[in-house]
Amino acid sequence: MFCMRFIPFLVSLIITILLIIAFNTTWLLPAPLGKLLSPQHGIWQNAEPADANFNATLHFPGLIGKASVYFDERLVPHIFAENDADGFFVQGYLHAKFRLWQMEFQTHAAGGRLCEVLGDKSGTTDILNVADRYFRRLGMVYAAEKSLKLIEQDSSTKLMCDAYTSGINAYIKSLTASTLPLEYKLLGYNPEPWTNLKTALFLKYMSFDLAGYETDFEYTSARNALTKAVFDKMYPLVQDSADPIVPHGTVFEKAAIKPMAPYSADSLYFTFRASDTALPVEPQKPDKENGSNNWAVSGTKTKSHYPILCNDPHLGLNLPSLWFEMQLHTPNFNVYGASFPSGPGVVIGFNDSCAFGFTNAGRDVRDYYEIQFRDASKQEYLFNGKWKKTDFRIERYKIKNKPDFIDTVAYTVFGPVIFDDKYAGRSKDGKNYAVRWKAHDPSNELRAIYDLDRSKNYLDYVRAARNFHTPGQNIVFAAKNGDIAIRAQGEFPAKWKRQGDFVMPGTDTSYAWQGMIPQPENPRMYNPSRGFVSSANQFPADSSYPYYLGGSFPPYRGYIINRRLTQMQNITPQDMMKLQTDNYDVFAEFARPLLLKSVGENDLGADIKKYWDILKTWNLRYDAKETGATIFAVLLDSLRAVVWNDELAPIQNYVMPYESTLLEGLLKDSAYQFLDNINTPQKETLHDDVLLALQKALPVLQKAEAENRLEWSAFKDTRISHLTRLMPLSRTHLDVGGGTHAINSIKPTHGPSWRMVVHLTPETEAYGVYPGGQSGNPGSKYYDNFIDSWVKGEYYPLVVMKEGSSNKNVKWVMTFDNE
Amino acid sequence: MKFFVSSIMIALLSFASCLYMPWWSVAIMAFLVNILIFQKPSLAFLSGFIALFVLWTIMTLYISSKNEDVLAHKMSLIILKTDSPFSLVLFTGIIGALVAGFAALAGSHLRKATRPAVQFKPGQASDGSKPSDA
Repeated sequence: MFCMRFIPFLVSLIITILLIIAFNTTWLLPAPLGKLLSPQHGIWQNAEPADANFNATLHFPGLIGKASVYFDERLVPHIFAENDADGFFVQGYLHAKFRLWQMEFQTHAAGGRLCEVLGDKSGTTDILNVADRYFRRLGMVYAAEKSLKLIEQDSSTKLMCDAYTSGINAYIKSLTASTLPLEYKLLGYNPEPWTNLKTALFLKYMSFDLAGYETDFEYTSARNALTKAVFDKMYPLVQDSADPIVPHGTVFEKAAIKPMAPYSADSLYFTFRASDTALPVEPQKPDKENGSNNWAVSGTKTKSHYPILCNDPHLGLNLPSLWFEMQLHTPNFNVYGASFPSGPGVVIGFNDSCAFGFTNAGRDVRDYYEIQFRDASKQEYLFNGKWKKTDFRIERYKIKNKPDFIDTVAYTVFGPVIFDDKYAGRSKDGKNYAVRWKAHDPSNELRAIYDLDRSKNYLDYVRAARNFHTPGQNIVFAAKNGDIAIRAQGEFPAKWKRQGDFVMPGTDTSYAWQGMIPQPENPRMYNPSRGFVSSANQFPADSSYPYYLGGSFPPYRGYIINRRLTQMQNITPQDMMKLQTDNYDVFAEFARPLLLKSVGENDLGADIKKYWDILKTWNLRYDAKETGATIFAVLLDSLRAVVWNDELAPIQNYVMPYESTLLEGLLKDSAYQFLDNINTPQKETLHDDVLLALQKALPVLQKAEAENRLEWSAFKDTRISHLTRLMPLSRTHLDVGGGTHAINSIKPTHGPSWRMVVHLTPETEAYGVYPGGQSGNPGSKYYDNFIDSWVKGEYYPLVVMKEGSSNKNVKWVMTFDNE
Repeated sequence: MKFFVSSIMIALLSFASCLYMPWWSVAIMAFLVNILIFQKPSLAFLSGFIALFVLWTIMTLYISSKNEDVLAHKMSLIILKTDSPFSLVLFTGIIGALVAGFAALAGSHLRKATRPAVQFKPGQASDGSKPSDA
């Protein structure tokens, strides 16, 4: 039998082929182990030698002239290009070389395309509905396309984006199966070419993160359940403790626009306690604490008599880091600072003349309108008494290993109908809600970055800032000539009081935004006599400002910064670093005496008394080793629940009133009405509430102590996660202090994402650090090497290099030309 | 001697082919070498297995030591759920070894099936499992 002889061969051949299939695909095993582990192709190729050499000579026909890049020992590139376009090309190339996967992943997220690489579900997360459909229906791509048009109409920003995109694509083209970034290998896909739209999408993602926090549905829910008097006390419009960005007493010009509430507002809008219909629930929200600190002190307050500018933007902490540090030098400008991988230019930094930084303005620029469609086809909707034709945008979602999903989104005069019968977040109310979001209006923030990077003086800064529309930002400025300034910058809708705090009727123009606040009327300060300007997301102005401010404005960081800056004299950069990393909690300074006074020690059992004594002697600092900080934080959470839960119970979807609301209520009135539990016949007092809160806090504290987590850093447990949430690629259990109301606002997954101190001496003296590393490669020692310094509150000197090879700190040189 | 030569050849050719081709080209090399150099199937399997186990283990050991095991710590946690760079190195070696081993076995069997007269007495050709010349 001839054939029989081949059976052993065939059997072993089939086994070989099956093994190859098993190890090369995900059909048989969850991971393609051969492809992943092949030393010449897989993840081992991403294991960068500890003594890696980054020297290179590169040739790209896309360049106009030559460029040299000097890397220092921290892998910070210092780019010297013969012209602007080449500078942005090289920036794009380097961003991609060190951060390509992150750039594509972030822009996939912004564009509602995560399903393509993660599938429609990832673990327990419904990627399709919670992430992709939400972002597309919010109009992220629509908004990015509109802004991109404007960006490409402006020859400066077009040049910037085109060159940047070419640089990224030059890098992508150079990739092979072996050199692909690690995450592509793990997730099993390949990068696609970069486009200018991706840059625009990234900028919209920042708009979502910073100008996308919303409580409209929650407030509407609360309005439906509460009386006006109670609502206004739980969600007040002013804060007594607010020390606004422009101080009390500032005189404002008369408003150019006087927005008027529609006549129907009392019957259709301020309908307190009127109904309890279900409302949609946003499937995801940006962090409400996406805040930041920035300040500048003038030479009158510094030891050197030159200004110092400081900035630390508080954002979600991830790996690879949101920021990439670099110097970019062309014949037209020389800027150093933190750049966004995905966007050209330097965002927070300094040049040879001045320095600039940002905090979030926190204004409410996103509102909802209820739309009445004529019928289920949604072809027409009621608007100003007529049926108006709907526009439709068809969204196609490619899903990994599944057929495409198609979603049709109705667009109205207000914007896209984000929630309807087909998509209602996590609720099912079936009504149609269109979203009006300022980020839908075309704007060119890149032009602001372009101009800031090359601004020489105050007027340049003012002109540059004007193009920053959304997200609204408090932009701080200091120059070597001694000028300091700040402006609450952005294009903000002029609203009548409480406009857009609730869902608005969308059947006519009467509830629409009536205009934008003219930019010269934005609160601002220039060389104030107090010798400093500052912002920390607090109210930009007090109630004498003639426009309704809305939004979310945490008061305490701003308060303590202003108190400290007022006291400080002969300031040095080292003083500023100490201030930036200060863990003192002024909220606790106000709140603790109230708590301590409310209960007599005889009322406390021995088990509670133990913690009470620690609280009594706590130094009010959120330092890593403080146990008092943990006790205060747990007790406060517990007290807030005790005070508010009875009022919140009937509200189907609520936000807890701010901590400042409770504290100010108690400071004003020791018999604060909300202390009473409305569900009991007796009238509770602060004494009762604190005792109850202590009882509820006790098991939490005992458990923490038993698990050796009573020290604040262990209890808080800060971590910096990889964007995939793969824990082995993350840094966990960081031994670091800081807290919500402290200047050093480090929370479990959120905090100062870049700390910078710039001393504007003739030869700039600057310091900075961010919780990450220059390389996005988890196999590189430069992946997370800044984190330990950041945890310790240490800074690196930011050394501005000069053209030529005379610089001391050059470790590697990369040259670019077009040959 | 044959065993030694074929193991070395498999290792060298696998290294070279992986410079230009996907990782599974190691199977082609192990297969071809064992068609070219006939050994009895059990030795053929062993030569492919050992060649790739040694090649991949040494390469990854070298790469990982230069990397100070930074990545191997992380990847061993992801793939093997245990923090052990050395286990990941061995695991890598075994993956390559298995594929090359079976490919070598297939090569040897094919050689045996097509040219029985060269090495085997008639009648034993189709039965590779019998250790005829042990």
